[in-house]
Amino acid sequence: MSAAISVRGLRKSFGETTVLDGVDINVEQGTVFALLGPNGAGKTTIVRILSTLIDADAGELTVAGADVQRDAEQVRSAIGVTGQFSALDEMLTGQENMMLMARLRHLPRETGVARVRELLERFELTDAAARTASTYSGGMRRRLDLAMTLVGSPSVIFLDEPTTGLDPRSRRTMWESIRALVAAGVTIFLTTQYLDEADELADQIAVLDHGRIVAQGSAEQLKARIPGGHVQLEFADAEALESAGGLLDGAAVEDGKLVLRVPNDGSVAALRGLLAQLDERQIEVQRLAMHTPDLDDVFFAVTGHPTTDEEVVTR
Amino acid sequence: MSALSYAVTDSTILLQRNLRRLQRYPSLTLMLVGMPIVFLLLFVYVFGGQLGRGLSGGLTGGHIGRSAYLNYLTPGIVLMTVAAAVQGTAIVVAMDMTGGIIDRFRTMSIGRGAVLGGHVLASMIQSLVSIVVVLGVAIALGFRPTADPLSWLAAIGLIVLFTFALIWLAAALGLAAKSVETASNTPMFLTMLPFLGSAFVPVATMPVGLRQFARYQPFTPVTETLRGLLTGTHIGANAIGAVAWSIGIAVFSYLWATRLYQRRQPR
Repeated sequence: MSAAISVRGLRKSFGETTVLDGVDINVEQGTVFALLGPNGAGKTTIVRILSTLIDADAGELTVAGADVQRDAEQVRSAIGVTGQFSALDEMLTGQENMMLMARLRHLPRETGVARVRELLERFELTDAAARTASTYSGGMRRRLDLAMTLVGSPSVIFLDEPTTGLDPRSRRTMWESIRALVAAGVTIFLTTQYLDEADELADQIAVLDHGRIVAQGSAEQLKARIPGGHVQLEFADAEALESAGGLLDGAAVEDGKLVLRVPNDGSVAALRGLLAQLDERQIEVQRLAMHTPDLDDVFFAVTGHPTTDEEVVTR
Repeated sequence: MSALSYAVTDSTILLQRNLRRLQRYPSLTLMLVGMPIVFLLLFVYVFGGQLGRGLSGGLTGGHIGRSAYLNYLTPGIVLMTVAAAVQGTAIVVAMDMTGGIIDRFRTMSIGRGAVLGGHVLASMIQSLVSIVVVLGVAIALGFRPTADPLSWLAAIGLIVLFTFALIWLAAALGLAAKSVETASNTPMFLTMLPFLGSAFVPVATMPVGLRQFARYQPFTPVTETLRGLLTGTHIGANAIGAVAWSIGIAVFSYLWATRLYQRRQPR
């Protein structure tokens, strides 16, 4: 199989700080690869290196068949990048921004005009095309940004946190656009701190933590690495919490709450058994919640700390 | 296409973009052209009567009083126009570098040097338009250049060369600035230099320490040469100084700017 992106032993330090400490990544053509990790894990640094913005300290890196360090120009002609910060000209209109890309990609005039018209339509920007980009909403900017990236028909696209800060509807729209690109054979390298986003879009997911890939695989494979789900039981008082805790196997109290986490695969039989045990002792449960394993659990299982708080446990 | 023709094509594309941005932001150009015009009016009408009386005939081509001072002052005001206009260069370069679009340009296969080249060309056009406007005002006030066609050509050549040098310097200052605000302040010393030279009064009238500085700083030989070409005053060795300073600043600033551009790793 041909790899659209291949990374071996990537290292990068900024001064004393090691940001990437030997990263290996392989992304096959026409697939979506999601790099998952909290803020500061090094995701953006990887994107900046692979998109030729900054140099790596060490590593064998190829993108679209070209060596990133030696053939930067060839890489640039094959890729498209949409970063976290909108990369558009605020003082130009949507149309002018798009035409600027078409001209810089050296598309013949006719082709460029047609491509721009088609993309503006696809991203629902036709009505806003004559307005300057500074008047656009957050979602519109992101759409224009991606549309500009697509003008040159790149075969590999880097999306650095493409939905951070978007409202749920814009997020959905972005996901649909990404799916459409993959269907057209484009390779997508995506970074995100949203586990559901990786789950939703990616063929392969890698979890990045403190500059290392700590887990890699499909969403299914990663979920299989952690124990099954659990139920959360909420009690009215500490007494009930305590007696239930003594009764149920593997139960753990959630910090500072009257909530017990009990391993459970979520099947009706298992649930019925659990409730029967509690009934027998006449322990009153106020609320019950089911929790099937998701990537949050994966992240916790492979890194030893939750996604939201990178300060809890280090290394 | 060859690498060179790409660089030219892409510079032209980005030049057009930058000119369009200047059109959308007319207050910047107006502010930058307005400043030298205000100084021209202020010095000619408020101080000019008195200052003109103090000028020796050799500096004014036989004029006296206010009109003599206008003839003396205009070449310096033209250079002040350049100094003001290049503040715009630093601002627009910094706007680009601190915004997201520069990362997009850097990840695209764009001709080498085209991003900075596009800025320099746009600033060149903006500066030359500003100079034409300011010269127009001076002529309307009664400025009467005595230059023959050849001297005009040399004067234009000198203006273009000096402007080119200061634009590269301002581009480097814009690249070095961490924010647009900083970039709008750092080139301001350039607009002060004409005062500390021979633009407003002859250097000979200054106290010793200041006179030494004024005589050798870049604006003075350029002012003297331009004044000589336009109004026929004595040029002498100033021509060499003017060209040497211009080329020196241009080369130094070009190297500094391209180095900053390549090295810069934003965010």
